[in-house]
Amino acid sequence: MSKIPLQFRHNGRDVAIFVDGGTNLLVALRELIGDMTPKFGCGQGGCGTCSVLIDGELHLSCLTLAETVAGRSIETLDGMKQGPNLHPLQRAFADNFAAQCGYCTPGMLMAAKALLDRNPSPSRADVIEAISGNICRCTGYEPIINAILAAAGGRASA
Amino acid sequence: MTRHRGRGMASINYPIGMNLGGDPSQALVHSNPSGKFTVALSSIDLGQGMKSVTRQICAETLGVPVEDVYVDTADSDTGPHCMGSFASRGTHRVGNAVMAAAREARGVMMEAAAEELEVNAADLETDGRGNIHVKGAPHRSISTKDVAIAAQFKQGKTISGRGIFLVPLSDVDPETGEMSPATCYAHACLVAEVEVDDETGEVAMVRMDSAYELGRALNPRLVEQQLVGGAWMGVSHALYETPEPYYPDPAHGPRDFVEYLMPGPGDICAHDIAVLERPAPDGPFGAKGPGEMCANPVLPAVANAIFNAVGVRIDDLPITPEKVLRAIKAQGGARPQARH
Ligand code: FES
Ligand code: FES
Repeated sequence: MSKIPLQFRHNGRDVAIFVDGGTNLLVALRELIGDMTPKFGCGQGGCGTCSVLIDGELHLSCLTLAETVAGRSIETLDGMKQGPNLHPLQRAFADNFAAQCGYCTPGMLMAAKALLDRNPSPSRADVIEAISGNICRCTGYEPIINAILAAAGGRASA
Repeated sequence: MTRHRGRGMASINYPIGMNLGGDPSQALVHSNPSGKFTVALSSIDLGQGMKSVTRQICAETLGVPVEDVYVDTADSDTGPHCMGSFASRGTHRVGNAVMAAAREARGVMMEAAAEELEVNAADLETDGRGNIHVKGAPHRSISTKDVAIAAQFKQGKTISGRGIFLVPLSDVDPETGEMSPATCYAHACLVAEVEVDDETGEVAMVRMDSAYELGRALNPRLVEQQLVGGAWMGVSHALYETPEPYYPDPAHGPRDFVEYLMPGPGDICAHDIAVLERPAPDGPFGAKGPGEMCANPVLPAVANAIFNAVGVRIDDLPITPEKVLRAIKAQGGARPQARH
């Protein structure tokens, strides 16, 4: 099977790779680009830990065919911090103890970023809605909700 | 359709660790020439914070800043033996082992410092900021870094310590079967309030209030995190999760995260937690451990709350809408119980 050349922007940087037909974006990012921040949880859209932004919109990379992102802009958790500084959402997650094992965290942060980018002052219900496609086994969600609300309020602490 | 409120309570007496084989865990602590310390463990941090808490225990025992301690976990090739991260044993068992190892390392560190300062080691104390000085004479001081360098390059000493925690074996009395399965118990009480829909059988969590007695909370934020997250898991076990919904019939078992139900962020409720600290005599700095007990009381409390709301007693987990509805039908309708 011949490989398909593919170019897109990855966290503000142009990348060019060759993918097999049918490769999903999660595999392309992890195995071909080397960005391990999107995680593999289920590979079938059930957990949300593979979430990335495509042209600013939240998508499950495990259900996205890599070929379909040609010419588009992909954001992952790897591109979130600005230089040495954590993004306010990352800071708020740390301050609010919003991660335990951390496996859901990349997806939660991307879902939260997608929310705050389009709605800088969400209600608690908006936050719940925004992360409802993401499973967390450890935190009970409350600290994650609090962290997102804190980041939105510009108060990066509990 | 009516929604019935009910309140249920449960209290637990939770053993920390277990008795089998003495439930041992080991730790090794050594200093690097930089004056920083490494703790080698094969215990695993699953996200519950074992690295943080053993780091605190080691730093406190050595008398050095917490930043000067690095904890290397989860490698049974390079770390000493550990029974594992389960049974709420990490803080207590591994913490005790780390404390013993750090105490031995501190002894060597103080000897090495004494040799440099030409005093008796018994006259020295640490300031917790990376210095060792003569008691009552803080100007006669040496940094832990300089002590480490002297030990390594001049004195030819390893600043290191070994630690193990082993529970004395409790024999079983052949006559009565009596034994003492644990040496340390934590306690909790939890009140759950639910709302039961008598038409759909659905149970919604309204709120939880709990009190936990878990020895000294060495890292209060981690304790709180554990209790909040664990209560969610308790709700999940009480109302949602099962790999075999019609056990022993394997039919309709979930195959993925879409079918394996768990409460989402929209299904959680407010949870007010009180932490009571009663230091345990055999715990590291009095700690027991919140571990698994954070989920346990939720299950009986929710089952009791459902009984209180609609009068059905369900003893088969998880308490799904189907079970609630069948039970309500079988008794001819919801029978709310008295609320106290
Ligand atoms: S890995 Fe994509 S949703 Fe689970
Ligand atoms: S922190 Fe473990 S899954 Fe969310």
